[in-house]
Amino acid sequence: MLSARRLAAVARKEWIQLRRDVRSMVLAFVLPPFMLLFFGSAINWDIRELPIAVVDRDVTAHSRRLVESFEASGYFTVTERPATMTEVDALLLDGSVIGALIIPPGFARDLSGNRNAPVQLLLDGGDANTATIALNYADAIASRYSQLVLLRGQRVVLPVEPESRVWYNPTLESSNMIVPGLIAVIMSIIAAMLTALTIAREWERGTMEQLAATPVHRLEVVFGKLLPYLLIGLFDVTVTVTAGVIVFGVPLRGSLILLGAMTLLFLLGALGIGMFISAVLKSQVLATQVAMVATYLPTLLLSGFLFDIASMPAVLRAITYIVPAKYYIAVTRGVFLKDIGLDALWVQGVSMVLFAMVGITAATAAFRKRIAQ
Amino acid sequence: MSSAIVAHMLTRRFGEFTAVADVTFDVARGEVFGFLGPNGAGKTTTIRMLCGLLSPTSGSATVAGIDVATNAPAVRSRIGYMSQSFSLYADLTIDENIDLFGGLYGVPGDRLEQRRAWVKDMAGIGGRGDMRTGDLPLGAKQRLALGCAVLHEPPILFLDEPTSGVDPLARRAFWDLIHSLAVAGTTVLVSTHYMEEAEYCNRLILMNRGRIIAEGSPFELRASMTEPIIEVTTDDAARAVEALDGVPGVIEAAMFGRAVHVVLEEAGLRAHVIDALRRAGRTVHNVSEVEPTLEDVFVSQVRRGGGAVAG
Repeated sequence: MLSARRLAAVARKEWIQLRRDVRSMVLAFVLPPFMLLFFGSAINWDIRELPIAVVDRDVTAHSRRLVESFEASGYFTVTERPATMTEVDALLLDGSVIGALIIPPGFARDLSGNRNAPVQLLLDGGDANTATIALNYADAIASRYSQLVLLRGQRVVLPVEPESRVWYNPTLESSNMIVPGLIAVIMSIIAAMLTALTIAREWERGTMEQLAATPVHRLEVVFGKLLPYLLIGLFDVTVTVTAGVIVFGVPLRGSLILLGAMTLLFLLGALGIGMFISAVLKSQVLATQVAMVATYLPTLLLSGFLFDIASMPAVLRAITYIVPAKYYIAVTRGVFLKDIGLDALWVQGVSMVLFAMVGITAATAAFRKRIAQ
Repeated sequence: MSSAIVAHMLTRRFGEFTAVADVTFDVARGEVFGFLGPNGAGKTTTIRMLCGLLSPTSGSATVAGIDVATNAPAVRSRIGYMSQSFSLYADLTIDENIDLFGGLYGVPGDRLEQRRAWVKDMAGIGGRGDMRTGDLPLGAKQRLALGCAVLHEPPILFLDEPTSGVDPLARRAFWDLIHSLAVAGTTVLVSTHYMEEAEYCNRLILMNRGRIIAEGSPFELRASMTEPIIEVTTDDAARAVEALDGVPGVIEAAMFGRAVHVVLEEAGLRAHVIDALRRAGRTVHNVSEVEPTLEDVFVSQVRRGGGAVAG
């Protein structure tokens, strides 16, 4: 027979303990907004004004125009004009430029003579991601310039011309992708870490035995302990979503009620998993570390937050199906950017319900087993 | 009158290790029943099985007439339990701890206020309700833990080494408290490794290495020692014990504080013991025949069982 009074007694006690534990307070209230602001600002996939060096050995109107078209694109800024290749080397090495454009002598002459006029682009492949994107932009700029030269300024109509439109994130702002994903990542980690302490603390301090000897039911303990953390989790999501909209200017187009409901289910699952880890390991230090590894790595690497799931090897792709954050990220991104409803997110909805059930069941089962040890 | 606690052949093994073996006893209502034995004797394991915190490997137990194995929740609402470490929540205040356990035991609000006043008065912490429990002196913490364990006025109370680490004066006061609860009708099962505390129990069992080695009232247990015991004071108790090892007629010699208790086959061997000690170079200050203490009983029972003392 479950009793609301006992559940409330556990919840109240947990809340008081939480309030007096500095570590939990930091985890609950300081870390989520800090992580959002920090990573939200630090992670940026937009390529803008990449510093490059230019070595113009031609020094003609043609060569100057090519350099201008690089700058006019907005993707590159010429910050250095070294005289020798040794200097170019040094600039690339110390990282003050990410690339160098080298225009050989005779560039204008070759162009005018309708001959192939090669230019050299050196890129720092140390950051492969940026280098790839920069290479694509440079290719595009060069071919656009070639067209201009070929047609001598005439307009032509190409037989096939794609007219691309990017929906939902028309300006391809990466913060629009990152912030909703980041909120999901932060909540996965924080939720499991919060509850990882709660049962282990009772074992370490010897209070679990006392608690177990009272008529309290294990479901009352599990839910009583979950309740304060659930409220904190919902508070954190509210704060980070608000910060995403206000600080990062991410549009919030979808239903807040849908986001809230999915968040509630997701938190139940994540908090339950943290509690399960705590109940099994019975050590605060160990439980925190395991919760960290168990949530942080899959959430960061296999949720589609950092790496595109479609381009993963089949084995990893299969694993992503059991990473709850994958579904929650689809929810946050969908609700933020697309105003999609349950008709589009039903798979995620079902996953959230399952995750919540698994989390609570695991926590309850682990808790019962340990009482009888 | 039916028994408050009945244990029948309770056994608990942890892997290869048998912590409790075939423990059978019963406790009448209103009795103060003691578990006496060294650390590792199986006292805590037995108490945990009786509270439904640990399932027995075999055997059965009923508490307040309820089978622990099949209905542990019903047992838990009828008992109070104070674990070895008087584990209250140290980061909660006195009042918050009382609120918590009042809530867990389902004590109604107005009744809880009466009980709160009683607990604080009993623990000598009236008016300090907002003090953190962790800041209380050990004696007060121990009394508060007892108070929290009996907030719901359970008919049966389990106390697992409630006095360990507490100073002798506070221990004495705690035993007065146990007796006042017993007078009010509570059945108390209490474990201890302090031999002298066993004298405060109505009845007790002596445990060693998971087994009951003797059972009875303190008087009965002492009376079970038929061999005479002499207390010998010498210049060096440890060497005196060594010197008496293997002396014919001496069943047992053991240090007892700064003296030596010698169990003899018959009273006439007293002079023989003094001779043996003098031959070994000891100066004998005083020899007197003494009543056996529970410690003597314990040592003698362990010896008869052919075993060593655990712990």
